[in-house]
Amino acid sequence: MSLGARLSAIFGRRRGDDDPIAELDASYAQQSALLQQSRRGVADVVTARKRVELQVRSLEQKAARLESEAREALHADREDAARELLVRRAGLLQQAGALQPDLDRLQDQEGRLQESVQRLEVKVEAFRTQKETVKAGYSAAEAHSRIGAAYAGISEESADVGLALERARARTEQMQARADAADSLAAADSGALPWESAGESAERRLAALQAGDGVEAELARLRGAGGRLRGPGAAGPDAEAAR
Amino acid sequence: MIVRILTEGQVDLPDALLDELNVLDAAAEQAVDAGDEAAFSAALGRLLDRVRTGGRRLADDVLVPSDLVLPPPDATIDDVRHLFDTASGADGLVPG
Repeated sequence: MSLGARLSAIFGRRRGDDDPIAELDASYAQQSALLQQSRRGVADVVTARKRVELQVRSLEQKAARLESEAREALHADREDAARELLVRRAGLLQQAGALQPDLDRLQDQEGRLQESVQRLEVKVEAFRTQKETVKAGYSAAEAHSRIGAAYAGISEESADVGLALERARARTEQMQARADAADSLAAADSGALPWESAGESAERRLAALQAGDGVEAELARLRGAGGRLRGPGAAGPDAEAAR
Repeated sequence: MIVRILTEGQVDLPDALLDELNVLDAAAEQAVDAGDEAAFSAALGRLLDRVRTGGRRLADDVLVPSDLVLPPPDATIDDVRHLFDTASGADGLVPG
């Protein structure tokens, strides 16, 4: 087992066998502390994810606001302004849409993380029971060999939960950075995003230009919704009559 | 044989499955070496599925170390390389 064997070393040298019996209580205290830390860690990840979710919702609200501003601009016969507003709206929706799949994945990961912490909780309790049994019924030498595997098992479980938390945290931070950047983009729609190279920035702006078709369609839709609104050079008989 | 799928838990597998798992594991490792993300994701999926279907999940209150440790189901090649680096470090991941 090449991959599996290489990864097995991730849990390092097992030290259960040379744990003196007096250290059993200390080991249990340590595992309990790790369990508490893990619970807090999961709560932090959930809070951070919810914050990104709120940012995405706020981007969508800003996009909706831009749409109504575009509608007003059309009412006022300011088609260029309406187009500009719709281009910005398309950009915001694109940012919000790009974050959504990551949010979904993170929520998935959270569910598994919560299960892992519950599993760890059961194991910490099982370790406590075994520790008490061993302390009560065996000599120090016997206790060493009996508790060794249990100690290694629970250490491995804590380490696994720690790893899962670290991954979730890294993913959350990444998403937070992107959501924050999308927020600043919403405030001032220009320039490159912090994680973009110049090439990527150009690419994104090109994509926005290509979204121009979509913007024209939006303009047409808003004109339709506005009823009598029309583009330049398309003055109808009503407009003529009004002059 | 006790196998841990990282972030997922431990499975008790019959030793008879070892040869089959070796083949799947080699494919996953080859994909890591080749830097082929799609091949890795597929190979890892097959490997983990075989572990899940071929064995019995360990009860939560069982405390035993694993004979083998496999990457989390959503691991990328970068994740695995990072895990290899951690594994080759002196202390591994075990706290304390």
